Amino acid sequence: MARIDITIKIAGEAGQGLQTMGQLLSKAFARKGLNVFANQALQSRIRGGHNCFQLRVSTERVLAPACATDILIALDEESLAHTQELTESSITIFDGTGKYKTLSHTTAKIAESRRRRRFSCSTLVKLKVERGLSLDIPLEKIAKESGGNKLMSNTVGLAAVLGILELDINVLFDLIRESFGAKGKEIAEANIKVAQAGYNFTYRKIPGKRLPSLKEISGAKKMLIGGSEAIALGALACGCKFISAYPMSPSTGIMTYLASKANQFGIVVEQSEDEIASINIALGASYAGVRAMTASSGGGFALMVEGLSLSGMTETPLVIVDAQRPGPATGLPTRTAQEDLEYVIFCGHGEFPRAVLAPRTIEDAFYATVKAFNLADKYQIPVIILSDQLMADSLLTIDELDIDSIKIERNILSNEELKEIKEYKRYRFTESGISPRVLPGNPYGLVVVDSDEHDEEGHITEDVDYTRPQMVLKRNRKNIGLLKEMAPPLRYGPQHAKNILVGWGSSYGALKEAVDILNAENEQVCLFHFNELWPLNKEYFDFLERGEFVCVAENNFRGQFAHLITATTGRIIENRINKFNGLPFCASEIVVEYRKLLNA
Amino acid sequence: MLDLNTYGTFETAWCPGCGNFGILDAVKDALVKLQLDPHNIVLVSGIGQAAKLPHYLFGNVFNGLHGRAIPAATGIKLANRNLAVVVTSGDGDIYGEGGNHLIHAIRRNIDITVIVHNNQVYALTKGQASPTSDLGFVTKVQPGGVIDAPVAPLTLAIALDAGFVARGFAADKEHLSSMIQQGLRHKGFALIDVLQWCVTFNKKNNFLWYKQRSYKLGPDYDPHDKVKAFEKSLEWNDKIPIGIIYKNSRPAYEDACGLMKEKPLVEQEINPEGVRAILREFI
Repeated sequence: MARIDITIKIAGEAGQGLQTMGQLLSKAFARKGLNVFANQALQSRIRGGHNCFQLRVSTERVLAPACATDILIALDEESLAHTQELTESSITIFDGTGKYKTLSHTTAKIAESRRRRRFSCSTLVKLKVERGLSLDIPLEKIAKESGGNKLMSNTVGLAAVLGILELDINVLFDLIRESFGAKGKEIAEANIKVAQAGYNFTYRKIPGKRLPSLKEISGAKKMLIGGSEAIALGALACGCKFISAYPMSPSTGIMTYLASKANQFGIVVEQSEDEIASINIALGASYAGVRAMTASSGGGFALMVEGLSLSGMTETPLVIVDAQRPGPATGLPTRTAQEDLEYVIFCGHGEFPRAVLAPRTIEDAFYATVKAFNLADKYQIPVIILSDQLMADSLLTIDELDIDSIKIERNILSNEELKEIKEYKRYRFTESGISPRVLPGNPYGLVVVDSDEHDEEGHITEDVDYTRPQMVLKRNRKNIGLLKEMAPPLRYGPQHAKNILVGWGSSYGALKEAVDILNAENEQVCLFHFNELWPLNKEYFDFLERGEFVCVAENNFRGQFAHLITATTGRIIENRINKFNGLPFCASEIVVEYRKLLNA
Repeated sequence: MLDLNTYGTFETAWCPGCGNFGILDAVKDALVKLQLDPHNIVLVSGIGQAAKLPHYLFGNVFNGLHGRAIPAATGIKLANRNLAVVVTSGDGDIYGEGGNHLIHAIRRNIDITVIVHNNQVYALTKGQASPTSDLGFVTKVQPGGVIDAPVAPLTLAIALDAGFVARGFAADKEHLSSMIQQGLRHKGFALIDVLQWCVTFNKKNNFLWYKQRSYKLGPDYDPHDKVKAFEKSLEWNDKIPIGIIYKNSRPAYEDACGLMKEKPLVEQEINPEGVRAILREFI
């Protein structure tokens, strides 16, 4: 079958139900076995403003948003600003009755002259002012006339999209029934009638061959999972029993999902008074023996930093998620960035080991979370998962998550093992730097931890001649083992390509696609993509030797990963693509920037 | 049978004659009377001279950050409710740097016992005003005397409906030990503010000052009467009551939460297979 790649954008005010619409549509495609990548661009408010939910549906795996929009559902007038993303084959759906003063005025004028001549359906209107086809669909009127009410207008819109694409409408009916449940049977049936009407309104009524038909599409159902959910699922799968966090966009989804599973999995979700409390509560829980985590965005993470250092000093395992958003300070609360990279690696007073993982896809976020907990326990260190708004608020179709592959490694001595030790010392000097860990409450050894410099037993000391330097060496020796745990970059593209693109974290999808586009046009470019960022192994940069043209692309102004490469390898990388307006990369803009640099 | 030797004797970093010694003795006395094994106790502290107390007796210890003893203690108790969790820190730590945590720990009603060594001065940093310093208290940083109104910690705790609000005096070991024992027995958050003199940096509120003003609440005082408790908690300057000022029986967080009723979180099974089942919800 020919490749299908369609981007649908639902735009409107907060509170208009964009998310519900977007999720339903995404799920409908996923159930038909199609690949979906959906993300959101939101404004930081509860109602009003301008938001959009963008979903990309494809026969191939897609991992990033596209630049162009094929179907725009404009729920308010402001949404028509997106028409610059439209192409000649795009379709815009709007309800011109009343809502769009300017547009309906224009519509009315143009409609009269064009209607009969060009379209079979009397309400389909081509607007001269915009690209593509505009469909003025009286969503509310259709909802009411087919036995529904105003609230069901969105259902009409959804069904109209499926009608345009000729997707089997039954998949939407099933989803509607499921979402209303047995109690809401009547409302569900009303919505279904309304959906049928919306579907009929557009089904086979679109003139010309604009968008491919999905009529014949049918494959195995896929899961549709969000980035925050993937992290939360990873935490549940590897036995996390505790999260304390303070709500902060875009990290809140993690605690919200975990709270919904609290009783089923016996996980305590504590909304703390501030992020300082979050990290200290989590550290207390971890000290007492449960796998614990916290999550925030940059600003909240900044408040946690003294606690991060405490985790390093007391060697208390902890997993911290930083879902990045653009800063500094409050920045753009609901947009995306990769601006905290250097911060999460270098923040915290004093010197102590830590690991930083930056998952590249939503599936990867699941596995990275499992790895984070295992590393934290094995090395008794803080591990930071560096996510971002793009990842947190995205949805991706996934065939399966491999639960069988999960191994839980706690690295805690059992009472039997502890009994064998003559004199238990929490911070015993060892070759690996990792000391035997036991839990408080056991009858064989007391567990003493201290934020002050301490002796092997854990008691406060000021012995600067021996204990202090030995403790510094012990703690930092853990880096040697830790470095070996870090995965090499993923190589994508022709092995011997002389042109190299480098990236990290959530921008993987866009970079991978950019490489596909460039190679399809005989550019010979290869991507090296990192998802485990600290400690950074110098040996993983051997590829730089053969690169004639090397370019680092990241969602920040300063080129933070490029700096890390220099710090690690001594090589200065001058070619950089930096996007820092708060929006994620899409492949075509990387292609443009790459060519500019290459030909400069 | 546990006795005082169970908890050991250690060299301390405290000034000779410091009120902390009396508090340490009272803590040990209370633990002996309650027959609490060192391995079942976690002593949690922040930073300051008072916060060094956990190093001076046998027990599990979490000596965390300045002001953050209460959050750490909260996490410990939530993870393992079988542990007796005692916070020992100073007025700067609990009422100043950690003030916000005190408020919210009281709201949660987490079952921990917080002993505040309240000497009304920052001693380890060499004598600045604390949140409880009296008005007009002169220091090198407040040469014109303290202008900020002092925190009334017990009044604050009562306002938040803390379950156990008491005051002791570092010089009265038996009474303070009794407060600590009752605090530990109380199911829920217990705040014990302790009048403690500082021999080096607080010349005003010295041993004699507290000794002359403190008096024990009699058997006729009913700590369940919230309005009376407010009134009592406001007594200062001329007469300072010690004893249980306020008490109620709000359910502790660990009981209200429902996830740790049968066994502590740390002993509960983990359920990776459960994830396989919930993955179906994503189709």
